[in-house]
This record gives sequence, C-alpha cells and structure tokens, in this order.
Amino acid sequence: MTSTTNSKKPIGVIGAGSFGSAIANILAEKNEVLLYARDSATVKKIAEEKENRGHKLHTNITATGDLSYLASSCDIIFPIVPSSAFRSMMQQLSPYLHPYHILIHGTKGLDISIPEGESLDSITSLNRENIKTMSEVIMDESVVLRVGCLAGPNLAKEMAAQQPAATVVASHYREVIKEGERLLRNDRFQVYGNNDLIGIELAGVLKNIIAIASGALSGLGLGENAKGLLISRGMVEMIHLGKIMGGDVHAFLGVAGIGDLVATCNSTLSRNYTVGYRLAKGETLQDIIETMEEVAEGVNTVRIAKKLVEAEKTRAPITEALYEVLFENLTVDKALQMLMRYPYNVDIDFI
Amino acid sequence: MKPKGKSKTKSYKPILPGTKDWPVVLLSKNRKEFIERVVEESLNRIKEANPGTQELREELETTLHREKLRIKQNPWRVDPPDEYKFWNEVKNDLLDLAGLSESRKKEEEILRRIISRYAHEIAGNFKKSRYKLTREIVKFGFARLLNATRVKRFGAFFRNQYTLRDKIQITGKIKQLRKLAKQGTVVMVPTHFSNLDSVLIGWIIHVLGLPAFIYGAGLNLFNIKIFAYFMNSLGAYKVDRRKKNFIYIETLKVYSNLALQEGTHSLFFPGGTRSRSGEIESHLKLGLLSTAMEAQRSIFMNHPNNDGKKIFVVPVTINYNFVLEAPALIHEHLEKLGGEKYYVENDEYSSSYKMLKFLFKFFTKGSDISVSIGRGMDLLGNYVDNSGRSIDKQGRFIDTRDYFTSNGQVTVDKQREDEYTRRLGQIVVKEFHRINRVFSSHLVAYVAFEMLRRQYPKLDLYDFLRLPEEDLFIKYEDFKDCFGKVRRQIFKLKKNKLVNTAPHLKGNIDDVIKLGVENVGMYHSKRPLLYNKAGDIVTKDLNILYYYHNRMNGYDLDNQF
Repeated sequence: MTSTTNSKKPIGVIGAGSFGSAIANILAEKNEVLLYARDSATVKKIAEEKENRGHKLHTNITATGDLSYLASSCDIIFPIVPSSAFRSMMQQLSPYLHPYHILIHGTKGLDISIPEGESLDSITSLNRENIKTMSEVIMDESVVLRVGCLAGPNLAKEMAAQQPAATVVASHYREVIKEGERLLRNDRFQVYGNNDLIGIELAGVLKNIIAIASGALSGLGLGENAKGLLISRGMVEMIHLGKIMGGDVHAFLGVAGIGDLVATCNSTLSRNYTVGYRLAKGETLQDIIETMEEVAEGVNTVRIAKKLVEAEKTRAPITEALYEVLFENLTVDKALQMLMRYPYNVDIDFI
Repeated sequence: MKPKGKSKTKSYKPILPGTKDWPVVLLSKNRKEFIERVVEESLNRIKEANPGTQELREELETTLHREKLRIKQNPWRVDPPDEYKFWNEVKNDLLDLAGLSESRKKEEEILRRIISRYAHEIAGNFKKSRYKLTREIVKFGFARLLNATRVKRFGAFFRNQYTLRDKIQITGKIKQLRKLAKQGTVVMVPTHFSNLDSVLIGWIIHVLGLPAFIYGAGLNLFNIKIFAYFMNSLGAYKVDRRKKNFIYIETLKVYSNLALQEGTHSLFFPGGTRSRSGEIESHLKLGLLSTAMEAQRSIFMNHPNNDGKKIFVVPVTINYNFVLEAPALIHEHLEKLGGEKYYVENDEYSSSYKMLKFLFKFFTKGSDISVSIGRGMDLLGNYVDNSGRSIDKQGRFIDTRDYFTSNGQVTVDKQREDEYTRRLGQIVVKEFHRINRVFSSHLVAYVAFEMLRRQYPKLDLYDFLRLPEEDLFIKYEDFKDCFGKVRRQIFKLKKNKLVNTAPHLKGNIDDVIKLGVENVGMYHSKRPLLYNKAGDIVTKDLNILYYYHNRMNGYDLDNQF
C-alpha cells in the first residue's frame, strides 16, 4: 500500500548522463530530487548553473557527490549509469542500502561476471549464470529486493525537449510499479506497468543490437523496405535471445519491446544507431568509441550475445554478422550480403 | 552394517526445563479461546475477500458443492459421522435464502458455522501428559524393536548393539537451532519422502531438547490408529488435502498464522505431500510458508518497539537408503507425468498392523538414516547468526522489519508478501540441495539408471521403463569408471558447498559401490540393484531404480556421462 504522505523525502537519481538527467527532470516536477554525479566538477556545475550537458535542470534538483547521503535521504532511488560501471557503483552504494529501499534502474545493458583471469575474449563459453541484468546485479550486491526497471522509447534528447513519450516500469512488486507511475507520470509522459522484469530488461538491452544494424543500413543509404525487414527479423532474433535468457515473449511485443525498437531504429539521436551509421560510412569502431561522449551499450551487448549464442548452439544471424563487423573487420556491405543469403526463411516461429 | 563416520552421541538438555512453558502447551491451555480467535479472524478475512452482494453466497455454494462431492466420492474413515447431516443443513439454509435480497447477515452466520467446524477439526489437541507418555513409548518401543531383532532372527546380522542414535545420525546446525528456538519462533521445513518422516522428526525434536512443535499432518494419517495416537500427542493439527475450498484453506492459514504469532514452533513439509518422484522438492507449496510471512509482518506491526519475536526458517533434509512407499509413489508419479489427470491418493498404510510391520523392518534392517539440520534464516532467506540477527551476503546486519516497511512504516502488502514467499521457496529449495547428504545408495542408483538409459537413447522414458529387466545390465568395470567420475563431481560440488555427503561415500570405490548396491531400496521385494553372478550390475525393477535415481536430480550430474 502506498501512502501519499511520503513526498517529504527526496527521490534519488544516480548518474548524471543524458538519460539520468532527463529522468531527474521528470521526477523533479513533483518531488525534490537528489542527483548523484561521480565527477565533482559535474556536481559543482549543476549546483552553480542548474545545467548539465547543455540541458537545463529543474530547480528541484540538488546535485550531490555523496552516495551515503543520497541513500540515507531517499527511500526511492533511480540508478542510471552505464552497465560497465553499474556493479562497482552498486558495491559502493550497497553499504548504505536497507531492505526498505526501492531501486528502479534505467540502464539498458548487461553485466558479465567471469572467473578471475578470464576475459570476455578468452572465455570459451558463456552461460546464463555469467550474464546478469541490472536488476540481478542490484540483488547480487545489496539487500534490496524491491527492484524495478525503466524501459521504453526514451530518447533522452526528445524527453529533454519535453516531447511526448512513454516508459514501462517493470517489477515483480506492484508496489514498485505504483511508485514508478506516481513519480513519473505527467501530461507528456505515460507510464505502463509490467511484471516481467527480466523480459522487459532484456527487451531494452537487445534492441540496442538491432539499433546498430539499423544505423548501418541507413549509413549504406538503403531504404524503408530494408529497414522493415531488419526491424521484423530483429524482433524475432530479440525474442529468441530473450527466451534463452528467461524472458517472456510478451515483454517484447509491448512498449519496451517493439515500441523501443522502432524508435531507436529510426532515430539519428540514438547512440547505438550512430555507431552503426558511422561504421557503414567506413569509420573504425575504435575511432567511433573515442569520439563519442557517452557509451553505446549495444557494442558490449553484441559481444555478450554472440558468446551466449555460441554456448547455446543456436543461431542469431544479425548479431553474428554485426559481431564480425564490429570486431573482425568485416565490412558492412559484406555483412549485408551474408544476411541476405542467410538460408532461413520461416517468418514467425516463436508464438 | 554399522554407519560409518562419527555418530554424535551427545545428548541435549531440554532448552525449557519443564513442559509448562512450552508454547504448544500454552496454546492448548487456551485452546477454546484460540479457536475462537481463529474463527473470528478467518471470518473477517473471508468477508473482506467477498465484499459484493452475490460473492459470499457464491463462495458458500461452491464450498457446499465441493464438500458434497468429496463426501460422495472420497470418504475417509476418519471423517466425522455427522458430515452428511451438517452439509445438508447448510444446503437447506442456503435454499431458504434463495430469492432473498437482504441475506448477507444470514450468509455470514452460515459462514461462521462452517469456519467453526473447520477450525475445530484442524485444531490440535496437545496434552502434555500424553506427550510425555508417547515420548517414552517411542523411546522404549524402538529400543525393544532393536533388541528383539538382535536376539532373535537377525542376531548374526548385527555385530554391534544398536541404539536409535546409531541408526539416525543428526548433523548440521544443531546448536544454532537450539539457540534460535529460545530467542524466537522456529519454522522447521523438512524434505518429505516417507510417512515415517513426521514420527522421525517428532523424535528428533525431542532428542535435541526442543519443546514440541506443532505441525500440519495429513488427515489421512489419522486413519491409522497408531499414527493418530502419536499425532494427537505431539501437537499435530489436521490438514485435509481433499478440502480445497477457499474457506477451508483460509481457516487453515489463519490457524497457522495465529499459532506462529503466539510463538509456537512449527513444522511444515513445504513440498506439501511426499515427493512422489523421489526427487528433492523443487517446487514448494507456498500456502503455509506464506502464513509465516504474514505472521512475521503482524508481529512487527503489533510490536512497534521491536520487542516482538522473530520467526526463523530452518530447512532440514532427511535421507533414507530406502523408502517403503517407493513403488506406490513412483507409480503415482509416472501415472501423473504420463498424462493421467487425476490420481487418488492411496493409503499404503491402511492399518496399524502394516505400519508396525514397516517400522519393524525399518529398524531391524541395517540402513542408516541421516537428518541434516540447515542453517537458520529469516523469512527473506538471509542467514541468521546464533543470536538470530540477519546477515546479508556482505556480512552486514540487517533489520528484517525493513522488508515490510514502506515510507518508514510497516505496511500490509499482500502482493509483496506473495513475492517474498515465492522467493523464500526458491531459497529453501537451494538450501535443501546444499545440505542434502549424498548416500552411496542414491549415487549407485543414479549412475546405474543414467548408464542404462543411455543404452536406449531412442526410447522415451515410458518405453524405456517397460523394457524387460533381463536385457539390462552394466559391466562392472564400466560402472566403476562412471561412478568414480560422478563421485569426483560430487566431491567438487561439496567443496563449493553445493551438496553434502555421508562419511561412507569416501573410501575404497569398490566398497562404496558395494555398500550402495546392498542398501539401495533394500526392503523391496524386487531390488533395484544387484550384482549378477559375473559381478556385473543388474536391476530387478527399473521403476524403483528410477525413483532412487531421482534423488540426485538437480545437481547437473548428467553431463558426467
């Protein structure tokens, strides 16, 4: 049961990237918000100028660089940091967390835990136990059980520009979904609930693979037929991968699945799309990563998904082709030819 | 054969000196009042769950319908003689209400009568004088059984004198269990393979110096007089699995919940019924566990100063070399798995005579039994220390109350608690696997079945099980190779604390295999495993072999073949 008397406590947001800032802004319309940034210069800049990454921040937002302060001040926290930094962030935060905390993350990536001395390249096989979604990382590292995630077509730049959008709050706990709705919903921002936490997280994660491929198609100057083909086949591939990892088909057909996929595949604003686009234009991955301001989660996701596909002895043609483009110097053109010749022509086989 | 390894002969002083302070004694002293509370609370809950004008009526009609069916289709000796009359009256009263619009009050009155009847049936009847007597009978009787056989028929079989404590090895976190039972309320959750379990656990609880626990015993067990006697004396309350209607289940849950709130230690078999496949329970029935969750939340709510008792969950695994009911259990399992939608729970022990015969066999043949007591945990599955404080994975103390807190207050959130219970169920299952002690008998069964199964990869399980036994044998050397491999894997798992082993599993491989083959399902007329004249491994009953094999499921051992 949620009461309405709790609005006194501020809401915490961890991570002052573009999505973190956008969510902080939405939350700040109804509540005080504590926004954590790791970098003290960012904290200072937000405090002084109420601005981050060129976007205005709501006056209800206070920046902090102190996780213990944030955890003790807030019951509800939105961690939104890149997946590669997520576990270490949780390890720092964990000592200050209690079972009454609610954590709703907004990170669309995977965490891999592999034996010491091994790396993602050296390990021979990767199974589900080595791969964790962010909600699983939260539960690994802390006592918090009331965990949720945000997923959906949430292009940060559009949100910052106050254009209409929607998100899914997924959690096993109705309480968490309700809190998410209560805190985030406004006239321009619709919130849907879903109890398939893992499925929704995976939908958000896997669509990044397809987004890179979509960027690559555009980079090649191909048209809408090709994109339609990619989105629908990409969807099938996401569902296959998602099922292997314990998600349900339904999660992929909703706002966080098809909705997010269509948005990212069509958007020049998406980081993952940009990676694909620039690859097709002939840049190397190295160059692209070095010149990008924020992480494109999809690159890492492709590596993880490729290993998983191998371990499961199944096929995921788009992921596999993309892997070769990203890490094995296959050209986008060749990859496309490969996909077009792929001898697999059953349209839908997952329902 | 004498159980190898150190058998603890330490005796434990009772943690409460007399019986008068035992929670279960206090509960039975105020029995009438307690039942009244159960009735009121159940009534409120069922009323709340059925607020609409038609809902309660429908609930009553459904219950009536199901009860009448049960009486007709599945009557038991233990059912009260006025069963038919009672439900007929309910029927008439409901008929009188037909067409009336303002009938809520009358419906509630009928509901109260039903709940009251259920509550009285469920409630245990603990008498401490009788408890003491039973305890002595158990001790004395078992000892006599052992002695009698030593002197007479099986004299040569036993080289040493046996006491019950030699036969039944209790291992694990005994000291902690005793401490926790002093500080809070213990919910013991054992695996369940045999009807003997409840008597065995009752005896264990006594040996460990704990006050009597209450536990929900299947009403069918009360059909057997000897069981009924023990149960009534040991704080059992009655669970009738035929009654699946909402009103009954709610009343049962309220009974358990309130008893826990009163601080009565409690025992659930979380698998519900005995494991039919022989597997360690992998899906738990969450109904009774959820009552512990609710009770804990209520305690936190009713004691804002944090002076309420904490509830601790203690998983326990019981291991036998054989289960008398195995043939019937595996039959039911296969029948169910094979697509038969219904099966009737049959009573393998239809008489006290059969039961005694079973006990006699059990204690005279040389199989050991082990009971492993797991580490205590709170209701969220966090391990607790000996003072009952919950510890997280990083070794920090946590306040269990915080799990039930929203915005600084303990709140009621059924969906949240259901989710917590589901999670607790998974943690208990993991714990079962972790503390389970592998016997050589289970391991030989596992290896033999898997090896035979691989000889016929094209057959489905059912066709395979129908193969004539004379076609099935395994060369001893091949068997030994495989067994060695699997045993190594088991020790690896043990090192990682994913399973435990009985001491006899170590040692010379031929001896271990021999011990296993001799012990697995040793009382069955058709033995699951034997050596043939050439010294190779054969089976006389694949179904039974499958049953004992299943015990090792869930450890990912099949990639060892």
